[in-house]
Amino acid sequence: METKQILETIQMVSEEKLDIRTITMGISLFDCIDSDGKKARQKIYDKLTSSAKDLVKVANQIESEYGIPIVNKRLSVTPISMIGAACHDDNYVAYAQTMEKAAQTLGVDLIGGFSALVQKGYQTGDKKLIASIPEALNETKRVCGSVNVGSTRAGINMDAVKQMGQVVKQLAAIDPVSCMSLVVFANAVEDNPFMAGAFHGVGEADKVINVGISGPGVVKRALEKVRGESIDIVSETIKKTAFKVTRMGQFVGNVAAERLNVPFGIVDLSLAPTPSQGDSVAEILEEIGLQSVGAPGTTAALALLNDAVKKGGVMACEHVGGLSGAFIPVSEDSGMIKAVEHSNLNIEKLEAMTAVCSVGLDMIAVPGDTSAETISGMIADEAAIGVINNKTTAVRVIPATGKKVGEKIDFGGLFGYAPVMPVNLNSPAKMINRGGRIPAPIHSFKN
Amino acid sequence: MKAVITVIGHDQIGIVAKVSQKLATLKVNITDISQTLMHGDFTMMLMGEWRESEVDFETIKRGLTELGSETGLDIHIQRQELFDAIQKL
Repeated sequence: METKQILETIQMVSEEKLDIRTITMGISLFDCIDSDGKKARQKIYDKLTSSAKDLVKVANQIESEYGIPIVNKRLSVTPISMIGAACHDDNYVAYAQTMEKAAQTLGVDLIGGFSALVQKGYQTGDKKLIASIPEALNETKRVCGSVNVGSTRAGINMDAVKQMGQVVKQLAAIDPVSCMSLVVFANAVEDNPFMAGAFHGVGEADKVINVGISGPGVVKRALEKVRGESIDIVSETIKKTAFKVTRMGQFVGNVAAERLNVPFGIVDLSLAPTPSQGDSVAEILEEIGLQSVGAPGTTAALALLNDAVKKGGVMACEHVGGLSGAFIPVSEDSGMIKAVEHSNLNIEKLEAMTAVCSVGLDMIAVPGDTSAETISGMIADEAAIGVINNKTTAVRVIPATGKKVGEKIDFGGLFGYAPVMPVNLNSPAKMINRGGRIPAPIHSFKN
Repeated sequence: MKAVITVIGHDQIGIVAKVSQKLATLKVNITDISQTLMHGDFTMMLMGEWRESEVDFETIKRGLTELGSETGLDIHIQRQELFDAIQKL
């Protein structure tokens, strides 16, 4: 019996907040398409509730038997814009309600896939879906939506960028908190287990289990033991820790897939923070040696962290996928919130950080009077970083209706709060209103 | 089925006896045992093995949780494969 290793594992879970952040079952809805919307929705409800009927039960069993918390049980489905396109309904709010009802019946936390992929243009279903987003996300609690507006192969659809700025504003006008459920992507991935951006890609199997791991606390604790050592040792320490964390993800995914009789897809090697103390990516960067996240050197520290997590994780699992990298959502990371409140971190620095980690401007509250064009400008900038660097980027901003810089917006309970951050007040309106498409970058032509 | 049982808490007379007595009642065979002090707390680890046809995991877990609350000890049980998966290549 390797007592030291057993104790280390137990400590990782009990003191360093190691957990499986999510087990997400991806389910294809292509066999639910029907020209009668009502029939399509009935097929969707039936398929979801039968395919995932044991998901929560199995996750709870694994949690109990192996002593690893599994924080979220989720579903992702084929983008509804593709499923709804065959029907003649004017809008797709009823599809979101069906997703909500299925999620409620199953007891899953969230369901993603109220989505559209419009990087090159809109089909009929895309138009209806995007127009339905404000109402659909405000009328449901567990449904998440995403829209992909750019890709390295297609460029950036600036008409969609413009429209998504308006959609975010419409959503916020009803309830800013519902902006948490909407992500605007460039280079969206098809096997992402994390919300709000999960959807089940068209190239995926009928059903699949994807796992998202966590573990910022474990990495921080490991780095505390190598204070003052060279950066090489920092990288090596992160790699070793990421290996162990990912092994747990692989193991749990295998057990879940076997018990549910669904193929195991990927492990998403992400460091996903939560608002609780000691579960913060910002604190890892500070442990590397920054007085505060946001200081010069932050981007380099994050690049090192992100790369070392991948290198450690890749060998630990059979298939890597999803977003795989460090997440830097402001409101979900106590260290990030602290840095913003002390004016040590601004949106421009966060944007730079998104060039070297997974995803983008995430869970950032901006003043309520921020214009739709300014939000579109932020989306365009992030999409450009993703498209040019061949990586996923995203924007999940929350216009805090009626609030100004320095005030806070509360998301309730575990979701924490976000300080409202200042935004550059110069308008990008003339550029955004041009519309059209930014062509694909030269290095995308690899054939 | 094999599982690792960890017992953490203030040292007291009869910890080993109480835990092994309980495991015997639950029809769990102890195949390995070790104890140490961690941050000043008594820490005991046992490898337990049992026949799934005789007793299920949840019954053992419930039994140990009850013992934990009676004695003020923190008792965990986790299936052993997890540790191999994380720590071994």
